[in-house]
Amino acid sequence: MISHEAGWVLGFVLLTLVFSTALIYSKFPTQELKDRINSWWIIIAFFTLGAMLNTTMAMFFFGLLSYLALKEYFSLIPSRQTDRRVMFYAYLAIVPQYYFAGIEWYGMFIIWIPVLMFLILPFRQVLIGETQGFLENTSRVQWGLMMFVFGLSHLAYMITLLPAGSNSVGGTELVLYLVLLTELNDVLQYVWGKSIGKRKIIPKVSPNKTVEGFLGAFVSISILAVLFSFLTPFTWYEALIAGMIISWAGFIGDVVVSMIKRDIGVKDSGNMLPGHGGILDRVDSLIYTAPLFFHYVYYLYY
Amino acid sequence: MLKKIFFALLVRPLVLMVSGVHVIGKEKLPLEGPCIIAANHNSHLDTMVLMSIFPLKNINSIRPVAAADYFMKNKYFAWFSLNVLGIIPLKRRPSKEEGHPLLGVQNALKDGDIVIVFPEGSRGVPEEMSTFKTGIAHLSKEFPSVPVVPVYIHGAGKALPKGEGLFVPFIIDVHVGESLFYKDEDNKAFTERLEKSIKALEKNSN
Repeated sequence: MISHEAGWVLGFVLLTLVFSTALIYSKFPTQELKDRINSWWIIIAFFTLGAMLNTTMAMFFFGLLSYLALKEYFSLIPSRQTDRRVMFYAYLAIVPQYYFAGIEWYGMFIIWIPVLMFLILPFRQVLIGETQGFLENTSRVQWGLMMFVFGLSHLAYMITLLPAGSNSVGGTELVLYLVLLTELNDVLQYVWGKSIGKRKIIPKVSPNKTVEGFLGAFVSISILAVLFSFLTPFTWYEALIAGMIISWAGFIGDVVVSMIKRDIGVKDSGNMLPGHGGILDRVDSLIYTAPLFFHYVYYLYY
Repeated sequence: MLKKIFFALLVRPLVLMVSGVHVIGKEKLPLEGPCIIAANHNSHLDTMVLMSIFPLKNINSIRPVAAADYFMKNKYFAWFSLNVLGIIPLKRRPSKEEGHPLLGVQNALKDGDIVIVFPEGSRGVPEEMSTFKTGIAHLSKEFPSVPVVPVYIHGAGKALPKGEGLFVPFIIDVHVGESLFYKDEDNKAFTERLEKSIKALEKNSN
């Protein structure tokens, strides 16, 4: 069940959501913002039910998230009929990855995609025998696996971690801490950028991102990371560094997924979440923050 | 009943959840028949996708027109095609004594059904369109008040191309265009108009 610490934070999230919804509907009633806040309600409801209540359910929840993200990615990238079977293997690889996370087999969890699938997928291509475009397809599929399966699955492994340090909080609270700060970082970059943003940070990739937005979020998230550190075993300065890592990495994840969309020539990766775009548009930052934050905690406490 | 169970338990979960369907222009889709849905054809999934984007309660009135030589090739497959899929069998090379080849479709339209027709005739090369046949024009001339809805499907040919048994999940986009009606024109002109409007949907999708 939900611990006191997680309960307080989820309550805080709910209050913020109620307040933001009221604010948007009364002061800024544009369709985009309305869609966006409505989708946030759905995302937070699914996250709470899927990931916060039970560890086994969380494996299925994050596994499903990987599946949806990978499917969106495969639907975006160019592919030929001969590439389908390799993609099919990539989908299948999701199941063992989350199984290894669930049974806490750290060694297999860490090598399954970067080592074993990396070696198996090219061989599957060899069996198909299509030499043209071999390198392009293998690279594209492996890259998708690394990002949307290996990267995201760190959330699943993290949720199995037992309490460490002096307080009683464990993996569930760490995941809540990471997801909360990552998503707040996205929101705060947008809010700071809209209110005082002037100088564009990378106009070619993301024309809406500004230096002010990035710095505003960086400072805010560093402070919030310390304020919410009761969800972690961290001392205040460890939490401060965690906040800096999350803000930086979240920004990079966001613009890396933007690179794919620019490369292919679409604005949104999909349409599952009105106002946000697709699943990829929402998990992009997590793809970078999850493995980095996981190894930061793992190095310090496990 | 069999049709409803088959679609509720197998087809709809597979098409709508495992693969995922995105309908663009859903408001242009008529909620009730009679109407003719005209779509490009690359995959067996096309029919399943088009039958799944309507509410499940209407499933019995959605009738795909399908080639008799393929879907009626033996009695087991014929039973499945007629009772579970609810197809209207169409002879690709009709003989004179068997009556009007479009009789089944005409009856379905008179009953107020939603009829799915693939004017290309067969599935062809994945994700490529071939020339349209004039069957829909004949029907539309006879039923000028029945809307012909142009639809462009993208992605089904990736998920389940012709000749492949393995289904690989891809998101399938369904683009719905403005309904067409037969005006003062000949069948060739109407067919060209239909082909043009589906090609336009294809162009806008990229």
